[in-house]
Amino acid sequence: MTATTAALPPSALRPRKRRGTELVLLVGAVAISVLGYAQVGWAQGSPLPRGATEYGAGLAGLALLAHLTVRLGAPYADPLLLPIAVLLNGIGLVLIYRLDLETPADRAAPAQLIWSAFGVALFAAVVVALRDHRALQRRARLSVVAALALILAPIFFPAVNGARIWIRFAGLSIQPGEFAKVLLAVFFAAYLAANRDALVHTGRRLWRLTFPSGRALGPVVAIWLAGVGVLAVERDLGTSTVFFGLFVVLLYVATGRTGWIAVGLLLAAVGAYAVGTLEPHVHSRVSDWLHPFASIDAGRGPGQLAQSLFAFAAGGVLGAGLGQGHSLLIGFAVKSDFILATVAEELGLAGLTAVLVLYALLVARGYLVALALPDTFGRLLATGLSSIVALQVFVIAGGVTGLIPLTGMAMPFLAQGGSSVVTNWVIVALLIRISDSARRPSPGPPAAGSGTAEARAGAGAPARERPEGGAGTP
Amino acid sequence: MTRCVRRAAVLCLLLLLAPLVAAARIQVLHPREYAANPADRRPAIARYSVPRGDILVDGTPVTGSRDTGEPLRYERTYADGPLFAPVTGYSSQRYGTSLLEAAEDGVLSGTDPRLASFSFLDGLTRPRRPGADVHTTVRAAVQRAAYEGLEGKRGAVAAVEPATGRILAVASAPSYDPALLSGNGPATARTWDGLNADAARPMLNRALRQTYPPGSAFKVVTAAAALDSGLVRDIDAPTDSPLPYTLPGTAVRLGNAADGCEDASLRYAFAVSCNTVFARLGARTGVTGMAEAAERFGFNDAGLRIPAKVTRSNFDRRMEPSQVALSSIGQFDTSATPLQMAMVAAAVANGGEIQQPRLVDRVTTPGGRTVATTRGRSLHQAMSPSTALLLQRMMRDVVTVGSGRDAAIPGVEVGGKTGTAQHGVGNAAVPYAWFIGWAEPEGSFRPTVAVAVVVEDADAERADFTGGGLAAPIAREVMRAAVREADGVDGKTGDGKSGGRQRQSGR
Repeated sequence: MTATTAALPPSALRPRKRRGTELVLLVGAVAISVLGYAQVGWAQGSPLPRGATEYGAGLAGLALLAHLTVRLGAPYADPLLLPIAVLLNGIGLVLIYRLDLETPADRAAPAQLIWSAFGVALFAAVVVALRDHRALQRRARLSVVAALALILAPIFFPAVNGARIWIRFAGLSIQPGEFAKVLLAVFFAAYLAANRDALVHTGRRLWRLTFPSGRALGPVVAIWLAGVGVLAVERDLGTSTVFFGLFVVLLYVATGRTGWIAVGLLLAAVGAYAVGTLEPHVHSRVSDWLHPFASIDAGRGPGQLAQSLFAFAAGGVLGAGLGQGHSLLIGFAVKSDFILATVAEELGLAGLTAVLVLYALLVARGYLVALALPDTFGRLLATGLSSIVALQVFVIAGGVTGLIPLTGMAMPFLAQGGSSVVTNWVIVALLIRISDSARRPSPGPPAAGSGTAEARAGAGAPARERPEGGAGTP
Repeated sequence: MTRCVRRAAVLCLLLLLAPLVAAARIQVLHPREYAANPADRRPAIARYSVPRGDILVDGTPVTGSRDTGEPLRYERTYADGPLFAPVTGYSSQRYGTSLLEAAEDGVLSGTDPRLASFSFLDGLTRPRRPGADVHTTVRAAVQRAAYEGLEGKRGAVAAVEPATGRILAVASAPSYDPALLSGNGPATARTWDGLNADAARPMLNRALRQTYPPGSAFKVVTAAAALDSGLVRDIDAPTDSPLPYTLPGTAVRLGNAADGCEDASLRYAFAVSCNTVFARLGARTGVTGMAEAAERFGFNDAGLRIPAKVTRSNFDRRMEPSQVALSSIGQFDTSATPLQMAMVAAAVANGGEIQQPRLVDRVTTPGGRTVATTRGRSLHQAMSPSTALLLQRMMRDVVTVGSGRDAAIPGVEVGGKTGTAQHGVGNAAVPYAWFIGWAEPEGSFRPTVAVAVVVEDADAERADFTGGGLAAPIAREVMRAAVREADGVDGKTGDGKSGGRQRQSGR
């Protein structure tokens, strides 16, 4: 097939744009969200909650705006990415709205809707303004400077709840660490793409492991250490973990070296253990994780994690029903970090599975984009962005289920938190932009190099077995 | 590189699968480990999310539910808390439930499976049903008479309808207001601590949960044992009793407070309460015979529920003959709840048959559907009908000419027995005053009420402190109230049976 690619008439080769599929899925996503609002209202005894139409119309408007942007700016983009984002964002709004009903003094849904609108606007801006993702590769330096600046910024602002991760500005509180994720992904991808050969082919052998040369790896490790170190000082452990995971994944994908990634992980484990035993804030998180019910035995009542576990247990398989659970008992951060407990209690394991499948689909589509791309930078960037989503979900979902120590992290799209929603919309925008490049038929004859043509052909049908993939199926 | 991307993709999907597995472990495999944790407030929130069913007396609720608007939404209220506290008990969000609130909790809180409708939709949505109502057998007028009779004293009253076992009154003094315990705030805790620290123990239900030495009131049981065993065939014949009576196997000589007890007849000894005669009769009946007789009246039964649990009344099964003699006059280890002693009186009034005492008449849903009706059930034949007739005669003598004249009611046949129970080290403490009895309107063929009253009053003069002086007037007012209530029913329906009573309780 690869040999005949260029010879085929363009009409036979031209992949379908699938924008109609996207629109139908978007209608479904908005409909599910509106149904969620209605169900919350019915559960609370009123026929239809006030504001449900506004929320529904708002969400539909945002979805339409995003869809039109994609139709115009990235017509060949993956049709699943946008509906998944809209559905997750819609479910998140429903959940926050539902929790708002029981905390009349502290309404978070209106602000979340505004942030979502801002996120979609930024999404549209990225899709329209960024014509080619490779433009980002040239701005790696700017990215890293901006990322470090954003990470450092909260140090100059007062700590909130023990963590210096917010900056307050004109009545808004922003979590700059969220934005830094994307910028660091761009930097890592650009740097590793540029220095891939040096990383893979040079280096010194130590026992059975080949370590890359310091010159090649030095800058990236230094920046990574700086980022993680600053975040540790700020006590933003969740974001530190995501950065670390992102770094490890991208380094592995870029170099294919498992050996010293294992060493890195081992060192990280040792470091985590040391911090977990020595640093009091982290130590308390670890002991909460090991003994979630210790505070009950001590007569101080259940802690947040215990309440979260109770909420999960109360949900069972089918859940209590939207609007009928008591996840509000978790108290602080129930709408942000612990939003998944509300999913688990009110929608049950069934609903939780559905939500996690949505994330899995989002991540999988992102990775398919990576596989379909010809250029290393694009591949690494798509991999990095998809991994950020997966890592975020793992860190917070694992935390609230007691799988790993709990660290603060917003559930992408679902949780209350403006910075997080905006960042995740940007991630989806970048994935859509990259996927459009991956699936877009080449305007003229293929560019030099048969490898590129190969990848483009494969991009039209990502699921198809490709020559390179045949040997390397994991 | 493609291989690495794929491996990374698999890693990321595993990262997403891991929390799902963790959640499934909590939600499906081991939810009970978490749900059973008392620190989880969900069961409490669900429990108080619906109004609790009411407890009704004479068809009128004596309880209620108040919407607090708090997470634990509905809170118990009591219309006349101290009056009915020995019947209802308390239902506290902080301290749980007691008495009827505890025994009928499933019905009142709506979780009882009998309330289920078994519809498919219910099974799917698992709705929280509102609590059902519990109609008691208590009559407000009788309860009030008992409550007012005990005012300012420490003691208890139990009144039952002999033929049916329906409990007409359960009073205990001093009482408390269970409404003050309903909530979960600091005021509730202060009240709770105060009530528990109170030396008068107001939360103790003395009628059901406290045993007292019955003293001479126990002589009803001893007389029944002597008559049933054939030890005494003629209640008017001399019993050949010495005075003083030396307890068998000891040098302890027993005397009497009353005169004329030497060689007295059973009837006379009963009327004036001769300790010597009854101690000797008990000793001659023997420990086995006495214990069996006591158990036929309900002693040594730890399983009695009305449906609230009733404390076991005791008559020892292994004793020296001298101890049997003392036990037979209601001393030594013999102890009884006031309800048990009311059952003794009821057995005599009801021809020897004891009906299972019961506090609950029926359970109805908020929609008015009757879910369950409790029926009368014979508990024991305590004595032969002929013995019961003889004891009725002897108990009437007590009220007409004997120690219980204060219990007499004009126009009503009243039988009774007084008791003054010694207790404390060397019997030095102020004794307990007892009166047990029954009342039957003249011309009626069924006794209306059997009652037991105990007064443990530290303030009374010891000389005045007899069953006849302190307890009998309370019993008289309780019986008078019961007879008046029953007359009301008879006047309306021409039938004193439970059917008429139910009609009245529905008004």
